Amino acid sequence: MDQIEKANVNNIHLPTEVIPDPGANIVLGHGLDYKTVTDRIGGIVVLPWKNSPKKWLVGAFISFCFVNLLMLAVYLLFTKGVGIWGLNIPVAWGFAIINFVWWIGIGHAGTLISAVLFLVKQDWRTSINRFSEAMTLFAVACAGMFPILHLGRPWLFYWLLPYPNSMWLWPQPRSPLEWDVFAVSTYGTVSLVFWYVGLLPDLASLRDTAPYLWQRKIYAILSLGWRGSAIHWHRYQKAYLLLAGLATPLVLSVHTIVSFDFAVSQLPGWHTTIFPPYFVAGAVYSGFAMVLTLVIPLRAWYNMRDLITLRTIEAAAKLMLGVGLIVAYGYGMEAFFAWYSGDKYESFMYWNRMTGPYGFMYWLLILCNIAIPQLLWSQKVRHNLGLVWTISIVINIGMWLERFEIVVTSLHRDFLPSSWGMYIPTKWDIATYAGTLGFFMLLIFLFVRALPSISIFEVREQVHHDLQHENKPAVEEHA
Amino acid sequence: MKDHSPSHPNGNMNEHDKTTASALVPLESLLETPHKKVDLAELREKLAAGRGPAFWRTLDEAAESEHLKEYVEQEFPGLSGQIPQGVDRRNLLKVMGASLAMAGAAGCTKLPLESIVPYVRQPENIVPGLPMFYATAITNAGYAKGVLVESHFNRPTKVEGNPDHPASLGSTTIFEQASILNLYDPDRSETVLQRGGLSTWGQFTGAASLEAQSVGSRQGEGLAILTGLTTSPTFISQMNALLAQWPKAKWYTHEPSANPAVRSAAKKIAGRPAYVDYDFSQADVIVSLESDFLNAGPASLKNARQFAAKRGIDNGQTPVRYYAVESSPSVSGSLADHRFSVKSSAIPAMAYQLAKALGVASPDLAGTAPDWLAKVAEDLSSHKSRCLVIPGEYQPESVHLAAYAINAALGNVGTTVRLLESYIPETSSLEDLTSDLNNGHVEMLVIIEANPVYSAPASLNFEAAIRKARLVVRLGQHFDETSRWSHWHVPSVHYLETWTDARAFDGTVTILQPLVEPLYRGKSPHEMLSVLLGKPDATPHDIVKAYWQSTNPNGFDAFWKTSLHNGVVAGTAAAVLNAGGPVTLPALTPLESSEWEVTFQPDPTVGDGSWANNGWLQELPKPQTKTTWDNLIFVRPSDAEKMGLHNGDLLKVTVKDRSVTGPVWVTPNQAQGSVRIFFGYGRTASGRVGNKIGYSAYAIQDASLPYIAPATIAKVPGRYEIANTQATQSMEEREPVRAAEFAEFKEHPNFPTLEEKPVPKELSLYPESQWTYPNHKWGMTIDLNICTGCSACAIACQAENNIAVVGKDQVARGRHMHWIRIDQYYSGNGTLDEPVSYNQPVPCMHCENAPCEVVCPVGATVHSNEGINQMVYNRCVGTRYCSNNCPYKVRRFNFYLYSDWETESLKGMRNPDVTVRSRGVMEKCSYCIQRIQEVKIKAEKEDNRKIVDGEIITACQQACPTQAITFGDLNDPQSKVAQMAALKRNYSLLDDLNNRPRTTYLGNVRNSNEALRGQRGSNREG
Repeated sequence: MDQIEKANVNNIHLPTEVIPDPGANIVLGHGLDYKTVTDRIGGIVVLPWKNSPKKWLVGAFISFCFVNLLMLAVYLLFTKGVGIWGLNIPVAWGFAIINFVWWIGIGHAGTLISAVLFLVKQDWRTSINRFSEAMTLFAVACAGMFPILHLGRPWLFYWLLPYPNSMWLWPQPRSPLEWDVFAVSTYGTVSLVFWYVGLLPDLASLRDTAPYLWQRKIYAILSLGWRGSAIHWHRYQKAYLLLAGLATPLVLSVHTIVSFDFAVSQLPGWHTTIFPPYFVAGAVYSGFAMVLTLVIPLRAWYNMRDLITLRTIEAAAKLMLGVGLIVAYGYGMEAFFAWYSGDKYESFMYWNRMTGPYGFMYWLLILCNIAIPQLLWSQKVRHNLGLVWTISIVINIGMWLERFEIVVTSLHRDFLPSSWGMYIPTKWDIATYAGTLGFFMLLIFLFVRALPSISIFEVREQVHHDLQHENKPAVEEHA
Repeated sequence: MKDHSPSHPNGNMNEHDKTTASALVPLESLLETPHKKVDLAELREKLAAGRGPAFWRTLDEAAESEHLKEYVEQEFPGLSGQIPQGVDRRNLLKVMGASLAMAGAAGCTKLPLESIVPYVRQPENIVPGLPMFYATAITNAGYAKGVLVESHFNRPTKVEGNPDHPASLGSTTIFEQASILNLYDPDRSETVLQRGGLSTWGQFTGAASLEAQSVGSRQGEGLAILTGLTTSPTFISQMNALLAQWPKAKWYTHEPSANPAVRSAAKKIAGRPAYVDYDFSQADVIVSLESDFLNAGPASLKNARQFAAKRGIDNGQTPVRYYAVESSPSVSGSLADHRFSVKSSAIPAMAYQLAKALGVASPDLAGTAPDWLAKVAEDLSSHKSRCLVIPGEYQPESVHLAAYAINAALGNVGTTVRLLESYIPETSSLEDLTSDLNNGHVEMLVIIEANPVYSAPASLNFEAAIRKARLVVRLGQHFDETSRWSHWHVPSVHYLETWTDARAFDGTVTILQPLVEPLYRGKSPHEMLSVLLGKPDATPHDIVKAYWQSTNPNGFDAFWKTSLHNGVVAGTAAAVLNAGGPVTLPALTPLESSEWEVTFQPDPTVGDGSWANNGWLQELPKPQTKTTWDNLIFVRPSDAEKMGLHNGDLLKVTVKDRSVTGPVWVTPNQAQGSVRIFFGYGRTASGRVGNKIGYSAYAIQDASLPYIAPATIAKVPGRYEIANTQATQSMEEREPVRAAEFAEFKEHPNFPTLEEKPVPKELSLYPESQWTYPNHKWGMTIDLNICTGCSACAIACQAENNIAVVGKDQVARGRHMHWIRIDQYYSGNGTLDEPVSYNQPVPCMHCENAPCEVVCPVGATVHSNEGINQMVYNRCVGTRYCSNNCPYKVRRFNFYLYSDWETESLKGMRNPDVTVRSRGVMEKCSYCIQRIQEVKIKAEKEDNRKIVDGEIITACQQACPTQAITFGDLNDPQSKVAQMAALKRNYSLLDDLNNRPRTTYLGNVRNSNEALRGQRGSNREG
């Protein structure tokens, strides 16, 4: 009660001057204490509009326009049919599936950062785990839209769910699309729960520090009665660890199953045993790329260079480089087996992928996903945030091209030359894709404004940890 | 006198008015038209505008309108008093039932009033749910092909061949199949029009009788009747009666797709009108001088059947050897053992050289014969009396005479060639009519069915000539180009709506019986002549019946019933004529020398243009090129390279100052220096489907050089999008079609699977014994050795299975819907210009390990216990994964709502046994499951008897002219399909994928001449 009365706008202080990046050696900048951490992160959320950067408004508005474009495209799609897209026979899957796989891939970073890096105790994840989890959820939301939109009769999407019905009809369990339903929905659910559980202590902090009563009421409901007692913390840590353990295999399973959509078929270019690990690597690759794409501007806009430091960005960039090499290995093996198998359809398919009508996209993809990211070997490049950001965008594009190559070039020239065709996306293909980008960005913008985008309590823990180190000079030298 | 037709050339019509104004005055005064003309188009538009509740509101409004009341008054003069002045909708609707049906409110069909006789294989009486079949016939350029028409509750839904008819033998061409769509064509003309304004049959007969009186007073002077070619005994007798009554009247015929040289040559040969018939069942060597005998002409189905039998190899016989000499790839040419590309204009000389080589006296020619000609001549002379030289349908008289002379010299006359009596009456030509019109000799012109304003050669300038007639009366199914220039337009009947008769190529008569009352109260040509003869009330039934009664006075009832039932009139086949004297070959008058020649032919799918408004035919991929919805200009690849032409570039073809511009299609097997253009397009008043697409080849046709003309060509800037369904025509080392020389075949009868490694059965995850097919195991074989690629199967399938038409734009996007497609591949001796072409029909393979089934998440495509891969439309949510996983890409997806659920008239056409698919679902070949079920149910009801082999016939199989498709139960070792599947040349497509298709192929075998192997025109490397 005491705390609530004290909380008011004047009590929350955001720094007025630009805080510089403390460098690549430490996770958090100096001079942070519990109060400043709470104010700096929570303040973004609870302070009135005038404290938000103008860029937020502009960005959110543009994203909102794209959401409208998405709604228009979906309206047309539902009233006219998937014919508004560039699909045909033989290329019966196009942008919708490409985008689905792309978004799902992006959705991998969150869980990986939160769960896997948590389990292996990587401290640099602290400042970006919340944000990347949110990004995961939003990416999965975008991804989840596509399998429904791409149906010929989208209003019957629930027939893919095993619900009891008077027709005694169940889904057909041998179809990888059915496995997808479970893989994606499980991943979405676990990601949501994991993210929400992680939010609880912060929601309680906001409940306690928010300057307006309506804010306090909302956060009070959302924080589910969190009081921060020792027993709460005890149970919380158990639960978080368990959830991290549960989420970790999902990082592998979702994209493995998504890759089955292709690998289980008998189409040259899809029917490939390397697909599961290769897809997972690709997913992590694109996930980290997207995290960097978003985090670099975020910390600049909100003056949080000491909360998300170069250390975090560099670590993410290194990880991206490493995963990128696995992806490159995947490409190599794909090509090698196309040749080594001696299968005329496979070898033709890969040759066509490289030199056929979509060949330029293949080489662009090699440039984006393999050649350009090698720049990250250089520390100079990793420390140049403009370059890192550009490379992350390049990788995002490259990963989209990869999915385009897999989906389209395999389909457009398969077994019988008589049925070969071309796939040319229409403006509505592009509108739907751009629309989901807008939807994703709008959710990110709203998230940044409505929930703490960095985990307050984990940063506080880190601050506590750092302060302890500062009091012990011997240890400090080691650090 | 307002002009109501939206597409009417207003300005010209005014001009027309002016030129005929003085002549029109007396006519106008004869016609009492006190009422303002009712605008039917406007009314119909009004009625068509609304739907559901709004529709009825519109009808109310329409019923209240002055227009409608006036219309009723004119149509039912006796009834007008009964319509109360205040609006009583109920009464009005009662009176108006029929008229409103015409206005598009309902598409109900009625059984004809006269008794018609059903064909043998159906219940005696109408059983709900079971179709009836009736025998009738369809005519093309006068000649009949017998058909059986399926009727569901008085709705004709499907046309099939009549096995008893000599020109059908149970098969059909694409045109018979597609004719059902013409019946329900929503653009058909619905009412009598006088100068574009609404009129009535009563008004017309009144006016026409007065005219006839005036004409009659002058012994018919100034009366001209223009028809298409006809063999109808009744019509001819009516015409004869008319000409006897009015000796000065004249009969003209116009048939753009019938080359008059064929008839004139036959007349010279036989000394009287004759028809030259070829018997392929006796021929061991065939030389075709640009004849498309397997696909064109009145006897094509018989030819195809005979040819296929001769090409058989499985019973140890040596197959026929077939040399094709042609300027442009034809359907028949795709089966040739040797194909020589020669300019059309060079073929007469080549025929003479061949004649000379075979010892026929022929005029001396400059130039030397090509080497291969001697070898061909040698081959012919070593097969005396068992060979055949066939002249091209569009070749001049000299080639026909030379071919006959060669056949006579080889002793073929009497074995493979016979002369039959011809029943095509000798009439004046369109050229005569044009000059008569221009000289002012024609006062009243009656045009029955022919459409000369569109299809007359441009050199005649018929559009100017027709204006010279004082009165033009047109009987036609559409308000088309010619109707626009006519004072009266009377809607004509479809062949399924009327009584008439017609002869097959061999003279056999079929009495055509109607299956429905005319949907739009059309009038038949017989009625039109009756009106002129002063008997406006005679019905076509009475006219036709009276004619046959006069020829068969004894036992007429039995004769009539039997003839209707069988679809052929017994004993009407033509007599074989004795050969006339020896044929002397006239001196050749070569075409004016020119770098380029242009050849004209009817379009392979829309013919001379009369089929232009048929969406099925428009969308049917044309043989060889697989293009749809357009007529193209064929150019040889090396010529195209020289001129820098690519597919879709525009080319201007000029013949004697007239030119036409069309898109280029780079076509292998097109002769050097020759371009081929097609009739049938460039129409302006055919209807919503056929209007304003393509160019009109008639626009550069010269009446003196109708089919082969010297030309100049020039590339024109611009591009044109062409919708084709098969972009890649090389086999890309995948060998979907497997072919061998006959010698190789004798050595390795299993040549198609010689290099194939059998897939180990245990490779599958699923146990071998999981699916057994204890009852039936349906399967299909397709014999690539005799498939001509004519595409009759594709249209038959479309008609049987309610397959939607998607339009050019969607075809261009790769979304055509055909369940069976005919793949066309080029292969052979490696030249781009003259490759060998192969046809391969591809329906669903009905794989035993069907890759589509496992990937469907909702189980919408499932395997039946008889091995059929079934599509459950209701369950399909449209993930399209099945199509992606189908290596044959035979699945078709409804990307939009392709089926027309709105147009009333089309609803009657649909096969009630097949679902009309909605948007968003996948579809594909079902092996005509509805036909299988029908027979199964029937067999079960008949004491659960066994299904007899051949009892179930799929639509594609039924239509196939060469019977290349066999369907049946693979479990029955005696069944034809099991025997075909057991042949050593049987193979499955993409066998190594272990999908185990139920549809399998029989390899293609060519019997090429050893002496020519490795040379030009040879089909395989030496």
